[in-house]
This record gives sequence, structure tokens and C-alpha cells, in this order.
Amino acid sequence: MLYAILCYNDEAAVGAWTQEEDAACMARLGVVQDGLARHGRLGPVARLLPTTAAVTLRKGREELVLDGPFAETKEQLLGFYLVECESLEAALDTARELARANPGRGAYELRPVGYYRSGGSVA
Amino acid sequence: MTDETWIAATLTAARPTAIGALLRRFRDLDTAEEAFQEACLRALKAWPVNGPPRDPAAWLIMVGRNAAVDRTRRTRREIPLPEDDALSDLDDAETPRIEDLDHADYRDDVLRLLFVCGHPDLPATQQIALALRVVSGLSVSQIARAFLVSDAAMEQRITRAKVRVARADVPFAAPGAPERAERLAAVAAMLYLLFNEGYSALGGAADLQGPLCGEAVRLTRLLLRLFPAEPEIMGLLALMQLQHARAAARFDPDGEVIPMEEQDRGRWDQRAIAEGLALVDKALRHGRPGAFQIQAAIAAAHARAKRPQQTDWAQIDRLYAALEALQPSPVITLNRAVAVGKTQGPEAALAMIEPLAPRLHAYYPYHGARGAFLLQAGRRAEARVAFDQAIALAADAREVGHIRRHLDRLMADSELAAEKNRGVVGAPSPPTS
Repeated sequence: MLYAILCYNDEAAVGAWTQEEDAACMARLGVVQDGLARHGRLGPVARLLPTTAAVTLRKGREELVLDGPFAETKEQLLGFYLVECESLEAALDTARELARANPGRGAYELRPVGYYRSGGSVA
Repeated sequence: MTDETWIAATLTAARPTAIGALLRRFRDLDTAEEAFQEACLRALKAWPVNGPPRDPAAWLIMVGRNAAVDRTRRTRREIPLPEDDALSDLDDAETPRIEDLDHADYRDDVLRLLFVCGHPDLPATQQIALALRVVSGLSVSQIARAFLVSDAAMEQRITRAKVRVARADVPFAAPGAPERAERLAAVAAMLYLLFNEGYSALGGAADLQGPLCGEAVRLTRLLLRLFPAEPEIMGLLALMQLQHARAAARFDPDGEVIPMEEQDRGRWDQRAIAEGLALVDKALRHGRPGAFQIQAAIAAAHARAKRPQQTDWAQIDRLYAALEALQPSPVITLNRAVAVGKTQGPEAALAMIEPLAPRLHAYYPYHGARGAFLLQAGRRAEARVAFDQAIALAADAREVGHIRRHLDRLMADSELAAEKNRGVVGAPSPPTS
């Protein structure tokens, strides 16, 4: 079974780390990742850029592009994609395609990725 | 993450919100600061035992408010002071349930606090010092070190700023839309000032560069979280990230500035660039361009070029033209001329900067840029005169050294250029490093 581990934390507090603290934390996480990779258990790892860079595309009869992160607590995170996009406009186009394939309620949150490690393949 | 690091980061993160709310309540910076200090002391005792509260800012506001009220009551018993309204009225709307403070209040509290610190009545140096002290919580001696003055002088500067701000009488009611926009613009300008103070710190003081720039980035990020649909604030954050991304490549081991075209682009911080590019992209989608967005777009054009030769100078030229139209300034035209020089050649650039002479004749980068263009056009004798003028006008030995090295290199380059017809590098002003 593949498990997605989604990381939640207080952005303001993490953002207040010094560069050294941030680097030290990433280094400690890197050790854990390396351990998982050695056992062939590591899939893609991504660190998202802050929510200030986020855009939300609301599905529905009328398309709505909103600033900021997704904030509808009635809906839950059901999955995610990593897609290479030239620009935010291109990313929105991709999200629109997905919305056409799966119309109705819900939203896509677009978050640029700050750190990415493919992690090789997992069985 | 140890308790200690986590608590410190949480207190730093909550500080602007908490002090902002306490300022609204007590209408006095010193009281708000003391109340927050007291709340922090209690947090250091309570949080390791009970775990961090769900909303740390609300916790700190409530505890700080109670501590300050207690203290004022004690003081009042000893001396018949102060009058009742020194504490905002007791039947104030926010009194009963400060823990229910909604985020719209936080938003205006933080904005007010930043606006008070960056009040247009204050000279730039006082704005930055006050913001670093009150909003960022840096100690007086940390700030004094950053400005290369004594602790006593900095203490005095901050005290003066506080007195002046108290006299400025900033209204405490929630601001209306036009007022909010005005405050946002003033605060954005102050934050960029803070950033530039760090960015232009001498190479030898590179350890000061990080903290000031980092603080400016952090506060701008906070502001953007509170006002997520403001393209100019996105532009400002993008601009800071794109410039700060070059930090590691900007100085040689002797602390001398390395012009952008000669920087090792492998040392540019790709994560900061990624965020900057994403934010520019997002800001421009709003279709409400502004000066910070355009400057960010210019920085983005540089950041996208893997090698200097890949720089899209035509786009940079167009962006400077837009910036010129928005806020006409001879320095912007001078920067634009560098792009024009790249796309249309040195004679076009010279034609563009010639009319600036009356206004920029005392600005050494003007003569430096002019010299570079003249040299590129093969007018070596005139170029030397221009460079001599630049050297005569430069403020200190550092600048002179910078121009001389630039000059030596240009002279050497121009000999090669004679055969290779290659362009020379022009670095007329600080933004290009």
C-alpha cells in the first residue's frame, strides 16, 4: 500500500526559522528520506512554497480563480498531482482540464513546489 | 524541533499580531511592548508544560492585556494616576472576548502597527529602527550594530521616534478602504527600505545583510498573508526574494561587490527564485500593475537567464519603459538605457541618457554608465573623461575602487571588442548587482 504523508504546520512559525534552523531541519528530514530510499520505499517528496503563492481554482458552473490557499473546511484533500508547468497560466489550464474531466463541486489548489525529490520508484 | 526553538519561532511569528492588538487596546507603544514581554515570560513557563495554545497570538494578547491591566491598577493604587482613558475604555467593544478577535481585526492591527513604525513623519532611519525594535523584537544593541552606531545613540533614536509617533496621533478606529490602501503603500515602502538597508550593507558586514533582509521578507510575507489579494504586496515579496536570491554571489571574498553579469549564477538561491517567479506570475494575473510588480518582473527577467547572454534585454527595456511611465525618474531612465544599450547599441543608449545630464550630473553612476557606453562606442578619450568624473564624485574609497576595477576591465575588454565586436558590461547603479 502506498501512503501519502501530508505535512501540516504553522506557516508563520516555520517562516520565522532562521536559514540555519531551516537548513538543519531539512538536513534531519533528509536523513529520514535517505533511510526510506535505501529500502525502496520513497516516492516523490515535495515541499510547497508558502501559501502566499497559492491560487485556487473553484469548480462549478462558473469558474472562479481566487488568491490564496484553499480554505473550505467542508471539503477534504483527496489527492494531488505534480505537473511541470511553464507558468501559473499554464498550471491553471491544466487544472481547468482536470475540472472538465471531473466537473461539479470542489476546487483545485495550485501550489508552486519549492523542493522536489523524485525518490526513485516504489514498488 | 526542540521546545525552545519552537517556542521562540512561535513568539517571533505572533509578535506583530499581538503587539498590534495590544497597541489598539492601550494606544501606547511602550505599554504594548511591556505587556507583550510579560506575556512571553508566561508563555515560556506555561507552553513547555501545557503545549502550545491553538492560537498563540490570541493567547499572548489575552495574557498581555491582563498583565498590563494588573500593573496599571497596582500603579494607580500607589500614585493617583493615570486617568481612566489611559486604558482604552473599560466598556470597549473588544473587552469581553478578546479571544474571539477575528482575523479582520488582526489584519488592521498589524497594518496599524507597521504604519505607526513606518510613519511618513519619521525620517527613514528612524522608521527602520523603530520597526526592528517594536515589530521584529530585535534588541537595541543588535539594531545599533546593524547601523554601525553606539547602543546609546540607537536608544536615543528609537526614543525620539516613539515620541514623534505618539504626537502623530494615528487613528485607532478600523480604517476605511482608501485609508487602508494608503497605509499599505506606506508600509510597503518602509519594508522595502528595511530590505535595502540590509541589501546595501557593506560586503564586510554580510552577516548583517541576512537578518535585515530576512526580517523584511518575513514581515512582507506576513502582510501578504493578511492581504492576500494585493498584487503590489506580491510584487514586493517577489522583488525581495529575487534580489535576496543573489546574496551568496554578490560579494567576492574581500567583500567587494561583484556585478551581476559576473556573478556565479550557480550560487543563486533557486528556492527563493522559484518563489519570486511564482509570485510575479500571480501578481501580474491581477492586471493591476504597480511599481513593485514591474521591478519584480525586471528582477525575474534576470533570474530566468541561466547565463548573462540569455538575458531578455528587450523585455527589460519594455518593463523599464512601463516603470518610467508610472513614476518618471532620471535614475530609472538611466537603468533603462543599459537595456537599450544591449538591444540597440551604445549610441542609442547615449542618446537616451544625454538629456539626463542636468539632473544627474552629481550622480556618479550616471558618469560611470556614460563612460561604459562611450567606450563601447569606441570613443575612448571621452569615456576616460566620464570615468574620471565618476571617480571624482564617488563618495568613498570603496566606490572609487569599484569604478577603477570596472574601468580597468572595460579598457581591457574594449581592446578585445575591437576584433570580436563584443559588448561590454555596464553596471550603472546598485540595482544591477
